[in-house]
Amino acid sequence: MQYFVSVIDDKSNSATDDEMAAIHKFNEGLIADGHWVFAAGLAHPATATVIDNRGDEPLITDGPFVESKEFLAGFWVMEAPDLDVALKLAAAGSRACNRRVEVRPFL
Amino acid sequence: MTPISDAPTPPHSAAPTPAGHAAVTQAHRTEWARVVAALARRFGDLDIAEEAAAEAFATAVERWPADGVPPNPGAWLTTTATRKAIDRIRREAKRDDKHQEALMLSAHAPGPTGPIDDERLRLIFTCCHPALALETRVALTLRLVGGLTVAEIARAFLVQETAMSQRITRAKAKIKAARIPYRIPAADDLPTRLRGVLAVLYLIFNEGYLATGPGTDPVRGDLTTEAIRLTRLIRSLLPTDGETTGLLALMLLTDARRPARLSPSGELIPLSEQDRSAWNRTLIAEGHRLVRSLLALGPAPGRYAILAAINAVHTSAPDIRDTDWSQVVALYDQLTHLDRSPVIALNRAIALAELDGPAPALTLVDRLEPTLSTYHAFHATRADLLRRLGRSPESRTAYDQAIALSGNTAERAYLTRRRDQLR
Repeated sequence: MQYFVSVIDDKSNSATDDEMAAIHKFNEGLIADGHWVFAAGLAHPATATVIDNRGDEPLITDGPFVESKEFLAGFWVMEAPDLDVALKLAAAGSRACNRRVEVRPFL
Repeated sequence: MTPISDAPTPPHSAAPTPAGHAAVTQAHRTEWARVVAALARRFGDLDIAEEAAAEAFATAVERWPADGVPPNPGAWLTTTATRKAIDRIRREAKRDDKHQEALMLSAHAPGPTGPIDDERLRLIFTCCHPALALETRVALTLRLVGGLTVAEIARAFLVQETAMSQRITRAKAKIKAARIPYRIPAADDLPTRLRGVLAVLYLIFNEGYLATGPGTDPVRGDLTTEAIRLTRLIRSLLPTDGETTGLLALMLLTDARRPARLSPSGELIPLSEQDRSAWNRTLIAEGHRLVRSLLALGPAPGRYAILAAINAVHTSAPDIRDTDWSQVVALYDQLTHLDRSPVIALNRAIALAELDGPAPALTLVDRLEPTLSTYHAFHATRADLLRRLGRSPESRTAYDQAIALSGNTAERAYLTRRRDQLR
């Protein structure tokens, strides 16, 4: 079972050196324990572009599809047997990156 | 409330015997959670478990009065429900053309079955999982563990039946999709998770003891009784947990006063004015026994144990004037160390008023204004203290605020009378 753990923030690429160090350490633990699938930080939503190619030709619009003060600033994809394990990992991840996180299962 | 009201009445039951109906009602009370838990474990799906259990009880309503009660009602119900569940899985598989999956599911051997009691405990912990909203935990617990119908739960919390049904359906879908585990939490998580379960049960109890909305009966014995029954169940499964025992004692000693709590005109009667001869002595005796057993456990009682001890002091006094208020205040002092909640501080002040008089108590209460200004009991307490101090105009204002904030019709009636008696 895989879980998508989003990092919620109102800034992008804003982790301090200490936070980055804690995130690296946390990631090493994920890898060692077999929970690691993928993780990455995302650039600011202002850099996003929306494409709609359901019509005759691709329609390109500037900006994120939804504007909000807080947004997805980064994420982990974690492997966990159930939500209790995923929540424990996410709690440690929240502590490491010093941000709130949201846990959502993959289908 | 009839516990089996969701079981459809058979259209033409052949000469139903009252014994058959009584047996179904009895089985519903004792077996519902076991049947749901056993099926949830076997099929790994709460929705299937709930529906199949309901169908099995509906079948019992049809069959038992006519055919007689089976020798082992619980086993009959579990077997019947299991067959219904397999039928449903096959039906859905045929419809969705997912025959392979169905074969896998029906071949899913009922894994190593632990003690049956653990199954119910699993069910309770799943329903009270912290990843679900509190109101959802309450609804799921009442439905899947308590066996109340969706209609009954909707009525209890003043929402439309369709809305409650959606809430429960969404919760079951989340449990499945997010894979909320169906198991008893690991030892290091157990204390926290058990506290969550007890909080849900206490919430159900309190809603019954003083209903928050104007659309239901002001005091709801169905909910208090259900909360007590579920707490008894947890205690029978985890007998050494002090807080579970404390909560059960607290509920018993509180519920014991229910018969004296409403006047014939439907007004709430405060503790000080209740006819103590109407209190339920059996519940009080059991509650006192439990509190004594807690004291024997050791020197570090938890929150519910202390609240139970406070209620033991109240229920030990034959008359309000016999109440050992210094003991009550001492227990509240102890509680304040564990729980800094302003509501506890408010209740401590109420007890202190009996010991030191209304003036120092009012000073303490007034300090709670920033956190409790929207809480009806805060204003009701101020109103009473101001009244005792002869400060009628201020008391009247406080009564008005308390009345405006209280959703409970019986409490409003009491507060209104008190306000109108002010000189």
